[in-house]
Amino acid sequence: MRYSSGSYQTFKVFNYILLGAIAITCIIPIVHVLAVSFSGKEAAGANLVGLWPIDFTVDAYAETIDNPNFLNSLQTSFLRTILGTVLSMILTVMIAYPLSKDDIEFKGRKWYVWLFVFAMLFNGGLIPSYILISKMGLMNSIWALVLPVAINSFNLILMMNFFRTSVPKALEEAALIDGAGYFRILFQIYVPIAMPAIAAISLFTMVFHWNSWFDGLIYMSDLEKYPLATFLQTVVVQQDFSRLSVDSESLKNMSQRTVKAAQIFIGALPILLVYPFLQRFFVKGIVLGSVKE
Amino acid sequence: MHSSKQKWNLKRTWPLHSMVLPGLVVLLIFQYGPMPGIMMAFQDYKPYTGFTGSEWVGLDHFREIASFSDTKQVIWNTFVIASLKIVFQLVTPFLFALLLNEVTKVAFKRTVQTLVYLPHFMSWVILGGILLDILNPQGGIVTQVLSSLFGIKPIFFLGDGNWFRFVVIVSDVWKEFGFGTIVFLAALAGINGELYEAAVVDGANRWKQIIHITVPLLLPMAIVVGTLSLGNILNAGFDQIFNLYNPLVYDKGDIIDTYVYRMALLSGQFSFGTAVGLFKAVISFVLIVIAYRLAYKFADYRIF
Repeated sequence: MRYSSGSYQTFKVFNYILLGAIAITCIIPIVHVLAVSFSGKEAAGANLVGLWPIDFTVDAYAETIDNPNFLNSLQTSFLRTILGTVLSMILTVMIAYPLSKDDIEFKGRKWYVWLFVFAMLFNGGLIPSYILISKMGLMNSIWALVLPVAINSFNLILMMNFFRTSVPKALEEAALIDGAGYFRILFQIYVPIAMPAIAAISLFTMVFHWNSWFDGLIYMSDLEKYPLATFLQTVVVQQDFSRLSVDSESLKNMSQRTVKAAQIFIGALPILLVYPFLQRFFVKGIVLGSVKE
Repeated sequence: MHSSKQKWNLKRTWPLHSMVLPGLVVLLIFQYGPMPGIMMAFQDYKPYTGFTGSEWVGLDHFREIASFSDTKQVIWNTFVIASLKIVFQLVTPFLFALLLNEVTKVAFKRTVQTLVYLPHFMSWVILGGILLDILNPQGGIVTQVLSSLFGIKPIFFLGDGNWFRFVVIVSDVWKEFGFGTIVFLAALAGINGELYEAAVVDGANRWKQIIHITVPLLLPMAIVVGTLSLGNILNAGFDQIFNLYNPLVYDKGDIIDTYVYRMALLSGQFSFGTAVGLFKAVISFVLIVIAYRLAYKFADYRIF
């Protein structure tokens, strides 16, 4: 039982209103863009649309899907997301298991840990990385989008901590006595127990790949090879100066507004779809990573 | 254990080494592979002569960084934007977590959390597209609301340096504050309920409980978060700035990372760009190491 004063009751009402308003502010811009994307071109161009479509139409979506570059980029995005996530998870699980052992059982562990941690804190930078990729002949290749980001040290640490704290040592010892090798122990004991953590990290990795745009911009030279996020970056975000000053161009521009809104929404849609699953995991994941032993 | 001295014992541990191997190869090629390329910061690198044929210039590029007014401005912009972000990303989630902690209706609390965490998962390409649309001075929804409710004339939010900084800070807080509250909510969940019961027995009302129990118990987490974010003092957020800026706001909004990008990939000044990037990387590295040591020393915080 908590004792409350009158001023506290007033605060409480005010608090609910404030928090509700803040929460709405977080999604209202997205709702607005969604409404624009389903509106008629004239209404959108004349800035009449608020939070509900005016002259409802799906023309903007039809026009977007008609663009072959858009479909190509959608395909590239799905490919990099699946390939990148599978590759990342295999590597992460296989590294995390040995590194979750103690120094006595696995000598050399410390060296590996430092190599991975140092890479998290310091890197060669944009230009040397760019030169490396181009010298390796990976320009315009899907591998340039998945290999350099295959190992995320933060996810590795999460996985390592999960293995260390959530898998009973006795299980492994029993398996070792029965003659099971390390590979078998990893795939038949650790991986099944760690499935929730693996699912969580996979989702984070998928979101990361779906959202990545900069690597596509520098490593892909053809517009047809751009992943969706990079494609959106070039068509939606790269600023046409007509937006900043009033001239004849801006009118043409405004008629594109609904199409841009539709493209933005399609780009955000997969994130919105996985979000409910994501939310279930990430609170746990973060607590897992930050509070140790 | 038979002896305190560890043995490699490869006969037993080779499977463990072989599990690390594939990841190690990828790490060495793609993370460590670019590092020798840093030497171009001390060269006058030309793509056609390569690392071996380019002339060595010692610290010339670093002297340029120190003397060139453009780079000084860029470093200053980075520092200003990043520091303001650090402060607001510490204060806002802290206050928000406190307010959320006073909510007793579980469904309401969950809904609020669901909505405020969402923007964190959207990329700056998506959010940049949305911001360009709603901040458009020719009738964007923000412009409309400001003029119809307050009679404010259209503002060139993304065309004026000071407004640009303002938009960058506010939109960054908007995107990330919700996610930032998670660590504080986790800390709140760890507070022992008996403390509040004891306070009630002693006659403390709800305000006093907040001030004397909740806030002091949240402060250690705030100190950890604040300390760790020191490493970001030169990270002003490439993705965000890149997707929002334009030449009109270079004076106030250009940051180290965007500058390096333009120097290198658009103007072809590979060596100079690398030198600027190295300057940032070294300072950030030192700060991160210091920050983690401090967090470990004062709050016993460790990530592994």
